[in-house]
Amino acid sequence: MNPGKEQILNGERSAGFDVQACRKDFPILSSTVFGKPLAYLDNAATTQKPQSVIDTIHNYYTGINANVHRGVHYLSEQATCFYENARVKAQQFINAAEFREIIFVRGATEGINLVAQSFGRSNLRRGDEIIISTIEHHSNIVPWQMLAEQTGAVLKVIPINDDGELLLDEYEKMLGKRTKLVAVGHMSNALGTINPVKKMAEMAHQWNARVLVDGAQAVPHMPVDVRALDCDFYVFSGHKVFGPTGIGVLYGKAELLEAMPPYQGGGDMISWVTFGKTLYNTIPYKFEAGTPHIEGVIGLGAALDYVSAVGMNRIAAYEGELLAYGTRLLSAAPGVKIIGTARQKGGILSFTMEHAHPHDIATILDREGIAIRAGHHCAMPVMERFAVPATARASLAFYNTQEELDRLVAALGRVREIFR
Amino acid sequence: MADLNELYQEMILEHNTKPRNFRAIADASRKTEGYNPLCGDRITLFLKMENGRVADISFQGSGCAISKASASMMTTVIKGKTKPEAEALADVFRRMVSSGAQAAPEAVGKLAVFAGVSEFPARVKCATLAWHTLLAGLEEKTDHPVTTEGENGS
Repeated sequence: MNPGKEQILNGERSAGFDVQACRKDFPILSSTVFGKPLAYLDNAATTQKPQSVIDTIHNYYTGINANVHRGVHYLSEQATCFYENARVKAQQFINAAEFREIIFVRGATEGINLVAQSFGRSNLRRGDEIIISTIEHHSNIVPWQMLAEQTGAVLKVIPINDDGELLLDEYEKMLGKRTKLVAVGHMSNALGTINPVKKMAEMAHQWNARVLVDGAQAVPHMPVDVRALDCDFYVFSGHKVFGPTGIGVLYGKAELLEAMPPYQGGGDMISWVTFGKTLYNTIPYKFEAGTPHIEGVIGLGAALDYVSAVGMNRIAAYEGELLAYGTRLLSAAPGVKIIGTARQKGGILSFTMEHAHPHDIATILDREGIAIRAGHHCAMPVMERFAVPATARASLAFYNTQEELDRLVAALGRVREIFR
Repeated sequence: MADLNELYQEMILEHNTKPRNFRAIADASRKTEGYNPLCGDRITLFLKMENGRVADISFQGSGCAISKASASMMTTVIKGKTKPEAEALADVFRRMVSSGAQAAPEAVGKLAVFAGVSEFPARVKCATLAWHTLLAGLEEKTDHPVTTEGENGS
């Protein structure tokens, strides 16, 4: 058994979870690829959408469509109501204190860029320090590099051990009075490592540094409580949590968001405009310039409703069991090496194989109807750390089954046949 | 639907396992880096030009079977060619693997084993990486690595 599993489960079991019933809610899962039933194991890249999300978007365009926050007619009032209800759903989903702490953005990437450019540029000076980790996605590296270039701040990187876990001792040594911001992923997309972000936030706060958590991989797979984590900012993407693409959430503590300058200028983010001076709107609207992604927001709300109904604890428990099963299978497969063996780990199976490059593995699996990703997973420093050019990655969701993992391992046999 | 065997032809697998000219050239006149950011494939191509011809050619790097075999076989057919000859062959090869254009057997020779790549759109860039790098090397665009990005429209 994966030793980290028990802790992830937190004593819970996936009892009563009916994976086959869940699968029926996702129309694409009954499709075939190259004549084989689709086994979709690329959930860290994007997730599939339940019928309820598809229907919600369809119903929005067939019965509600209008611009929001300009509510002089019935449809606009309806659209605004659905839009703002989704904000409350997002607030409740991550247990934010207030609805105005939820900013709709294009995705986790834009959320991080917003914080870097708005909070970062107004708070960081030359010589200040930003701490990130070795296992960040490029979207939690590059915005900080840009900010460092703009402000003269310095980027520091928390190293990892061979299991892919952050070295907290090293992190502690990095923290200091110059630390202004710590930006760390909740769960690694390349390795599956779940970082101890609550503890890391606590450590950073002792130095009055602010903490941003990139929750793109965590939110779809485990319960997230931003107040319990006590992070200052938290971002996630809608499309990774079974919602539409092009929509995501930035959570920020209200007092921080209020003090931050706007990110983009435009409609909706103002309260009064003259050519001499513009008064900005209050949060969250100050950060939502232009007509928003209304269908995306409402679709995201439907997605959060869906996973809430399934139950995030139950999802985490089931995926923990699935990960343990897949880990056992892959560990026993000849020539396969799993990259990323953290004790606290989510449903990511990143691996390499003797004699076969990940890209070739992915092509061969594709012809068996099995969708995985091959490459550096937008985490090139991770690949460098493990001295591999790329890995093959199967990433799980609660609609995956043990049978699909059996097929994955069987298809690796086909890879071995070709690359003897 | 193309079978995997059309992609992974024996000759390709053989070049993947035993790549030809997989070495550095100490006195190379050109050293060009090629990179496919999508999958992380990297190639360093060495060219030694003499009297307008490719006197020696070799490569190093890491990549998938398709990119490695493509680089290996490319080095074997490019040696001795002039710049225009090499460019013409690169063009024929690229059209064959990207759009499935029928290539005259005498024009492509043994490179015809890559024809199956056109049935695997995700792998076209693997097959063309070495050739992009060659074209850059012949042009002496050696300031920065060439990448396979930006060829989508081709």
